[in-house]
Amino acid sequence: MTDSFLNARPSTIVRPPAPPKKWTRGRVGGHFLVGLWATLLIGLVVYLYSAWNIELIQKYGPSYLEGLKTTIGLVSSSILLGALISVPVALGRMSKNRIASAIAYAYVYFFRGTPLIAQVFLFYYGLGSFRPQLEAVGLWTFFREAWYCALLAFSLNTAAYQAEILRGAVRSVPLGQWEGAASLGISKVVTFWKVILPQALIVALRPYGNEIILMIKGSAIVALITVYDLMGYTRLAYSRTFDFQAYLWAAIIYLILVEILRHIWDWLERRLTRHLIR
Amino acid sequence: MLMIKRLALAISAAALAVSIGAAHAQDALKLTIASEGAYPPFNNLTSDGKLEGFDIDIGNALCAEMKAECTWVSQDWDGMIPALQAGKFDAIIASMSITPERLEKVDFSKKYYNTPPAIAVPKDSDVKDITPESLKGKTLGVQGSTSHSNYAEAKYSGSEIKMYPTSDEYKLDIANGRIDAVMDDVVVLGQWLDSDAGSCCKLLGTITPDPAIHGPGAGVTVKKGNTALADKFTAAIAAIRANGKYKEINDKYFKIDVYGGEG
Repeated sequence: MTDSFLNARPSTIVRPPAPPKKWTRGRVGGHFLVGLWATLLIGLVVYLYSAWNIELIQKYGPSYLEGLKTTIGLVSSSILLGALISVPVALGRMSKNRIASAIAYAYVYFFRGTPLIAQVFLFYYGLGSFRPQLEAVGLWTFFREAWYCALLAFSLNTAAYQAEILRGAVRSVPLGQWEGAASLGISKVVTFWKVILPQALIVALRPYGNEIILMIKGSAIVALITVYDLMGYTRLAYSRTFDFQAYLWAAIIYLILVEILRHIWDWLERRLTRHLIR
Repeated sequence: MLMIKRLALAISAAALAVSIGAAHAQDALKLTIASEGAYPPFNNLTSDGKLEGFDIDIGNALCAEMKAECTWVSQDWDGMIPALQAGKFDAIIASMSITPERLEKVDFSKKYYNTPPAIAVPKDSDVKDITPESLKGKTLGVQGSTSHSNYAEAKYSGSEIKMYPTSDEYKLDIANGRIDAVMDDVVVLGQWLDSDAGSCCKLLGTITPDPAIHGPGAGVTVKKGNTALADKFTAAIAAIRANGKYKEINDKYFKIDVYGGEG
């Protein structure tokens, strides 16, 4: 009886018909915007096709590649160096010690509150005028090179931002985690490394990604202190050709760079949060 | 209400017609001219942000000669030609050399001055002369996107070329000892070397200009195809050369005649 009752169920599930899709204002607007973007994209491709100038690419392509290497080298070294510096700064910011906290606060306040270009100029031209003093302490060989000045300015700048990201992330982990670990007799250092930091890094991951993207784009100012990065060579190519394609190609390269980074970050997030998926 | 609107429309239309008529009657040539403002003594900014210098005085004399009303704007060097092409101003008087590669994009009047490039080095430098061999392995500073940077890249390939946004920055860097030599117009270097800021350095020597890179000198730059305006400027340059106005301005700034040879 029950058998036949079960078998009596229809093999196909009948669902109520989907409600008619109305052409609401939002939907019309959405279609219009998608159309607009598609037109712009097609326009760009058509433009690049019609303006395709193999001579230009042969002439300036290698220098773009050279500039890209400089950009990647400078950004990755300053991000890594900045990450190292950011740990003591973040600890200082969270410290109960008034002096340590005040120093860290002042550092972050200065580097987040002033433009990156001003910091780069301060390190390059500003410190450059203290040559005798720098020579006396043996630091001139470092500050003589524009690349090192840029590296130092970028590292200190990004360290300030990264310290705030780290501090916010650590603070976002509930205090109960600390208390729970303490009740198990786990030392503070071990609690920080094994309990708090792994949870904090998940929160910090996206802001870190943003910071790297900002650095990639922010690094475009180093050509002003004679370090020719991707943007520097772009400006050079433009000043020789007056063809704004030069900037278009630079924009495309920057986009690709950021897109690659975005994918790496997506992958990292999936990997780090796999225990949270139900 | 409608009446009033119509009346207002009629009045404004009449006013417009009158003003157009007046403009035609006067036929005053109104020009906006751009200069850089970071290339003393040819052009620089005063402390209150106004343009001054040889280029500006020559420009004003040319405008007076052409009976044109001229207004000046300062513009970043790298964006100079693109902004001209985009119609932000009518002409550039900024010591811009008439080079073959610029001639592909813009038109020039005939030159209004021509001075040779030169190289300056720190006073205690061991560089003996201006030949590329003597400067091999040295760091040479130039302003980027100029005929000087093109020349340095073409002829001084053995040296490390550093390109600066304006002449102010390479002057700072050679005084700080970051670079071994700088290359620019002899007059620009000369004025800087005579000042306190240039006390670090000395003139090493002048370079014979290469016509293929430096061109025949600096001219007034106009939009491609605007040969009518370029010709007006050329005629005005000849006129102020003839009537002594050029010499008056020249002597205000320089000991030598910067016009160079005829040609």
